[in-house]
Amino acid sequence: MRGIVGNRVVRRVASTLGTLFGVAVLVFVMLRAIPGNQITAGLGTEAAGLAPAQLQALERYYGLDQPLITQFFSWLGNLFTGNLGYSARNQQSVLELTLHSLPVTAELAVLSIVLALVIGVPLGTLSASRAGSPRDALGQLVSLAGLSIPSFLLATTLLSVFAASFGFNPNGRGFATLAEDPLLNLQQMVLPALVLGFGIAAPILRTTRAAVLEVRSEDFVRTARAKGVPERRLQVRHVLGNALVPIVTMTGLQFGYLLGGAVVVEQIFSVPGIGRQVLLGIQQKEYAVVQSTVLVIALAFVLVNLLTDAIYRLVDPRVGAS
Amino acid sequence: MTALARRSPAGVAGVVVLAVLAVVAVLSYLGLLPYDPVAQHPPSRFLGPSGAHLFGTDQFGRDVFSRVAAGVGNSALVAVVAVAFATVVGTLGGLVAGFYRGVADNAIGGVTNVLFAFPPLLLALSLASVLARGWFTVAVAIAIVYVPIFIRVTRGPVLSLREIEYVRAAVATGQSRFQIMVRHVLPNIASIVVIQVALSLSWAVLTEASLSFLGLGTPPPAPSLGSMIFEARSLVFVAPWTLIAPGAVVVLLVVGLNLLGDGLRDTLDPRNRGRQ
Repeated sequence: MRGIVGNRVVRRVASTLGTLFGVAVLVFVMLRAIPGNQITAGLGTEAAGLAPAQLQALERYYGLDQPLITQFFSWLGNLFTGNLGYSARNQQSVLELTLHSLPVTAELAVLSIVLALVIGVPLGTLSASRAGSPRDALGQLVSLAGLSIPSFLLATTLLSVFAASFGFNPNGRGFATLAEDPLLNLQQMVLPALVLGFGIAAPILRTTRAAVLEVRSEDFVRTARAKGVPERRLQVRHVLGNALVPIVTMTGLQFGYLLGGAVVVEQIFSVPGIGRQVLLGIQQKEYAVVQSTVLVIALAFVLVNLLTDAIYRLVDPRVGAS
Repeated sequence: MTALARRSPAGVAGVVVLAVLAVVAVLSYLGLLPYDPVAQHPPSRFLGPSGAHLFGTDQFGRDVFSRVAAGVGNSALVAVVAVAFATVVGTLGGLVAGFYRGVADNAIGGVTNVLFAFPPLLLALSLASVLARGWFTVAVAIAIVYVPIFIRVTRGPVLSLREIEYVRAAVATGQSRFQIMVRHVLPNIASIVVIQVALSLSWAVLTEASLSFLGLGTPPPAPSLGSMIFEARSLVFVAPWTLIAPGAVVVLLVVGLNLLGDGLRDTLDPRNRGRQ
């Protein structure tokens, strides 16, 4: 038994490593597909004025005279030593930039997920408690709104309405991290987390509703009810408890999406997260930043998915045993 | 359609909304809009909604209704091209992976895993940023993100269909694998594909709008709902209609697609048959 489990873990890790290698190849190829390179990106139109000898020297400096395969492996080798490249514009290494931006996005993601769960799970349970009733319609309406209102529209509207009507615009000031100024930080996080949380509440609501409906029709629920288990305890412990697996999976998936998907909202509210780091890199043509940051996000995404897997094995012992 | 009407009134509402927007999109393709969506007319800037300008005018005196209509046309074009590409490539990939198994399955599975390792919006964003600007490249970027999803939703059912008696019988009668795939397997996964198409379209519209909002979508001055909303940010209090019109229309478009997708799922998905 132990051997089988160990074997499965090894296989999972091996396939994850394979995937990450593929991700690195894709990111590398993607950025090589852009016309121009670090030299033309750094110098702009002035690059055209370079003498052949200068160009050659610069190419040697950046390693661009090497074959692509060599460039790829030296980039990969550098990554392993923590050298993610350097952002000339920020005068900082990409590692430093990432160490600042990743925790910001992680905080935003956690807050958004908490809000989404607070909205989605109770409403989903309520919806399922009487399918087809007005309360079900309310739940469906909320989830349809969450799925259909683009985050940038909601964010733009909230930002201008709050700033104009209530003079509430904490994001207009410089960003404060949680450690620097917790109160200001939370004020700055409220609206972005609300926008993202509302969007994610929809899939969580739908998953909860479907899972609760499914579990409610199971025999053990009828048995528990026949045994006289109080209704509230039945709903929470027996029904919701067993509906947790798909809810946990959906939550994990959405958390992963937030790592890169928060980019629009981060941009609108000037939250210096990792998505915004990619976007700025793209806008400033700092491909070293884009390349390494995208890779870090993909790595984090894959790790979150692995973790979700591990958690639902804990929540549902059947998954591990089958 | 009648089945949809019977099982899902909300789905029918979706069809009605989409039909109206489709008419608007077609008018924009035919150049039958009341005004040229990109023509500037400074004397008539910031006019409120009126009979002459249904949704008012923007900061350059352009007719907001015509721009929104052209934006719907653009969104529809990008979404349809992207999803069509993803459907064909993804379904084919899923068929081949599930039916042939072996090396093909492993190779396709590997590519799928790599593409799934990116948060979808980030992948679309990165791809759109490396490709040349234009509606077609935005469609390609969105399509690439959606290919693995079609592979994944089709491969599973194909795997189980492969073991079903009538497929085995077809193998025994000596039909080629390609014939079996097209004649016996494909029709049986059609409903799954159709549902996924409707749901993917709504996501494609949202992604196109997000990319244009970030300045990575359809380049200006071509009207796009996302970039119109971006430009309207600072005008909310001067000319609220410049934000409300494209905002309401993009929401309407996505709501229509979601209602249709949900309706189709309730109607076509065999797992829902016999349920209310």
